[in-house]
Amino acid sequence: MAEIAYPAVNFETHPDRYRHWKLDVQGAIATLTMRVQEDGGMWPGKYELKLNSYDLGVDVELADAVQRLRFEHPQVRCVVVTGGYDKVFCAGANIRMLAQSSHAFKVNFCKFTNETRCGIEEATDSGGAVYVAALNGTASGGGYELAMCCKEIYLIDDGNSAVSLPEVPLLGVLPGTGGLTRLTDKRKVRRDMADVFCTKAEGFKARDAVKYRFVDASFARSKWQASLDARAQAVAGANPMPEGAFSVVLEPLAPSEVAGNHLEYRYVTVKVDNEARVAHLTIKAPDTAPCADSSTWALRAWRELDDALLRLRVNHLDIGLLVVKAEGDRHKVLEADAALETQGWFGREVQLFQARVLRRLDNMAKTIFALVEPGNAFSGSLFEIVLAADRSYMLADDDGINKVFVSKVSGGLFPMHSGLTRLQSRFPGAPGQPAKVLAVGATIDAEGAEELELVTMTPDEIDYEDEVRIAIEERASLSPDALTGMEQNLRFGGPETMDNKIYGRLTAWQNWIFQRPNAVGERGALKMFGAPERPVFDYKRT
Amino acid sequence: MADIDYQSLIPNNVNLDSDKRLQRALEKWQPAYLDWWNQMGPESFQLHDVYLRTAVSTEPGGWAQFGYVKMPEYRWGIFLDDKVADRRIPCGDHAGEPVWQEVPGEYRNVLRRIIVTQADTEPASVEQQRWLGMTAPSLYDMRNLFQVNVEEGRHLWAMVYLLHAYFGKDGRDEADDLLARRAGDADKPRILDAFNQPCPDWLTFFCFTCFTDRDGKYQLGALAESGFDPLSRTCRFMLTEEAHHLFVGETGVERILRRGAQLAKLDRNGDARAQGGVPVAMTQKWINYWFCYSIDLFGSEISTNAADFFAAGLKGRWAEAKDYDEHTALNQWHRLATVENGKLTSKEVPLRNAMNEMLRQSYIKDAERVVKRWNQALEEEGSSERITLPDSRFFRRQGIYANLPFGPDGQLLAQDEYDRNIGNWLPSAEDRAYVTSLMHRVQEPGKMANWIAAPKKGIHGNSMDFEYVKPPQA
Repeated sequence: MAEIAYPAVNFETHPDRYRHWKLDVQGAIATLTMRVQEDGGMWPGKYELKLNSYDLGVDVELADAVQRLRFEHPQVRCVVVTGGYDKVFCAGANIRMLAQSSHAFKVNFCKFTNETRCGIEEATDSGGAVYVAALNGTASGGGYELAMCCKEIYLIDDGNSAVSLPEVPLLGVLPGTGGLTRLTDKRKVRRDMADVFCTKAEGFKARDAVKYRFVDASFARSKWQASLDARAQAVAGANPMPEGAFSVVLEPLAPSEVAGNHLEYRYVTVKVDNEARVAHLTIKAPDTAPCADSSTWALRAWRELDDALLRLRVNHLDIGLLVVKAEGDRHKVLEADAALETQGWFGREVQLFQARVLRRLDNMAKTIFALVEPGNAFSGSLFEIVLAADRSYMLADDDGINKVFVSKVSGGLFPMHSGLTRLQSRFPGAPGQPAKVLAVGATIDAEGAEELELVTMTPDEIDYEDEVRIAIEERASLSPDALTGMEQNLRFGGPETMDNKIYGRLTAWQNWIFQRPNAVGERGALKMFGAPERPVFDYKRT
Repeated sequence: MADIDYQSLIPNNVNLDSDKRLQRALEKWQPAYLDWWNQMGPESFQLHDVYLRTAVSTEPGGWAQFGYVKMPEYRWGIFLDDKVADRRIPCGDHAGEPVWQEVPGEYRNVLRRIIVTQADTEPASVEQQRWLGMTAPSLYDMRNLFQVNVEEGRHLWAMVYLLHAYFGKDGRDEADDLLARRAGDADKPRILDAFNQPCPDWLTFFCFTCFTDRDGKYQLGALAESGFDPLSRTCRFMLTEEAHHLFVGETGVERILRRGAQLAKLDRNGDARAQGGVPVAMTQKWINYWFCYSIDLFGSEISTNAADFFAAGLKGRWAEAKDYDEHTALNQWHRLATVENGKLTSKEVPLRNAMNEMLRQSYIKDAERVVKRWNQALEEEGSSERITLPDSRFFRRQGIYANLPFGPDGQLLAQDEYDRNIGNWLPSAEDRAYVTSLMHRVQEPGKMANWIAAPKKGIHGNSMDFEYVKPPQA
């Protein structure tokens, strides 16, 4: 099968346009029903989305639903995730789609689905709705992984339905959407039983699934709906609505695309230079006073940044380096940050979202350089972008007007996947340094930034332009694979967490396997799935 | 344990007397099986003496010993067909290699799945048919029903033997689950849809045994071509018993057709129904329904599983070893009618992926021969009516034609046209109520219900007056 050169992916959608999910909100309980249209794949005619299997298009809708539940339906305290077909909950990622996908697309697909699932967990953990998986039929592979990102899992006991992770025995790859990690770290399944489970293609039916904690409970078919309803009521009842929550409708972003290479949003602009393999992303400071709807800068601009990052990942594979600037009045940024502090539930929800966008930035498999120049708005929440960058260049201008401001938001509002703040992560050998930086409480010029070790380099006006040009050109010339590996290792210093392991250990192994002939060679397991012949393995192991 | 004479309790040719593993497994399972039989076997007839055949060995004559038996005392045995010397794997990537006597680890899970799915149908049909004894149209038919029932029970034993003997603890658990599921149960349904449908009347029973048991015949035939020799030998022996079930079904439908034609002739307006019979056109609807439900059981027309099973040598085509010269099925294609953008078209699929369809086509040819014999019977009765088999795309709920508005002639219709006509093609609630109204037990030896013709001859050389089922002695 030839790999597909796919059309650009759009990450914006709306429940009115969902093809594969139904979002039904009844008071404090929402039901998200997955009913994937077989012929509704992203690449028409290339594969059929059988048995509630999903592709990126299906997951884009899920991500949209999760996001809208947070902002538009804060009264929802329990989200029941279930399947819309008889006997099947979800069969996971569509294998024929994966088999026809380029390596890059597979990686992007897995990353996005991982981010959506970590986002579901974060929604629950941060005081939002509690997600409950209602497995009305068999949940296999990514289907069970989706269930595992929910706080509770219930499986129908009809003598037939099972949970399973058949990737290893059937496909020669890993349950890479958090599957292996959540089995041990979240579900606390014994590792030898996890081993048995992950090599038994058909998985475990209700009895064993409950016994070994793969699910929380099972209900007989005749008691299924009533038991679930009761559970959802109990979950919602024990999870009071945050004070002062109200519905914030997310307005469309609808960027204009110029010549396919320039993206223009209200606050974010992306200029793509394919030849140089560089994208220039600029985020502007607020131009209006903060308010409490989705047009407010703190939400709008960050949603734009989020959307731009996704498009850069998936639609601009040639780009290896992302050069980020922030422009405008730093005071407006700080004012927007401060407004969130006073906006109760809404402010908190926006901050949590900003934190997710920053983690999306951390997960970029592209180099990130931040350029801090006069007129920059890298202060407060936007300074986190400088901290997230692999390198930052701050012009040491003669006039001393080039400044940044590190605010208290860098002290804990935006945890990385490791659980550390970016300041903590930046100073592994100096645990006192973050507090010192946070205590400054004033603008910091290039000299001060150099002293506080907040930026990589501070060239003066004579050197700056050349220094930056050379750094960009040099970066763009290095092996993209080695750079991705290097950056991902250096960015994620510090302790391991479940999220960290998913994006690091699990993903790295999966991506290795995705490149190996045993998976994707002419007779590899992934290529041979569904084909009339069986895979042929190279059995050598080190 | 040593005191138990396994051979007389459980007739077998698998050395049960010396097989500790099997003894341990059956020690627990056998009482559970009897509990199940007493709960779910034929209602109200467990104490009757039924003239049944019992298999006591695989020798000629040994597999069919006739005599009166109370069903719960039936000796359910375990038999494999005799070993074929130097048998080779008939198909797939291992074609030509010696067959496996033990389960290859690589295929353990899928083999178990195949066996469990087949096994699940056996007790299911007993459950579906458990009320039918109360409305049997004759003692002859009642006896045939019970014969089918006990042999479905034996087929369960045959499959459970494989699970116990070759699949360790997982196999024992699956064997237990086979007794826990129930046909049509809301909580623990049987695995396949056709085996959760009710069987409320004898026309349904005969159609079921003719068409659904015929699926069993073809599945067993495909598994008889398995590279896992114990499965192949088990299935070969089961096939000898299955023939009787198909006979019961085919001749049952034929007798209803004959009687329908006879009663139509007797009636002034040619209306069999006015004479208390089943009109031929009504029987056609039952045939449509059960034929379609049965061909669903073969699985999707384009199937990864089917390709894998064939490639692994676990399941072959019908008469794979005998009828085919080429056994890899590689680089060969099968052309299939498909639906794209609402239009019927066709495409080629790799032959291995079309193995379900290959088996279904063998089945359909067989079913066509049956229909031909029914039409001969109608001709003999002087009727001008004829039975036809619907197209294999009609009324499907599985596979690539599922839930699409195909007519019985295989043409794709507009949905509203389909909806308007479906009542003419499948039994309506009113049809079902009518057929149900005919169901009354006839228990005098030699007598037949009015709606069914007498068979040509009795069982095992006995006359039609023979008392095939005797009530318990007071």
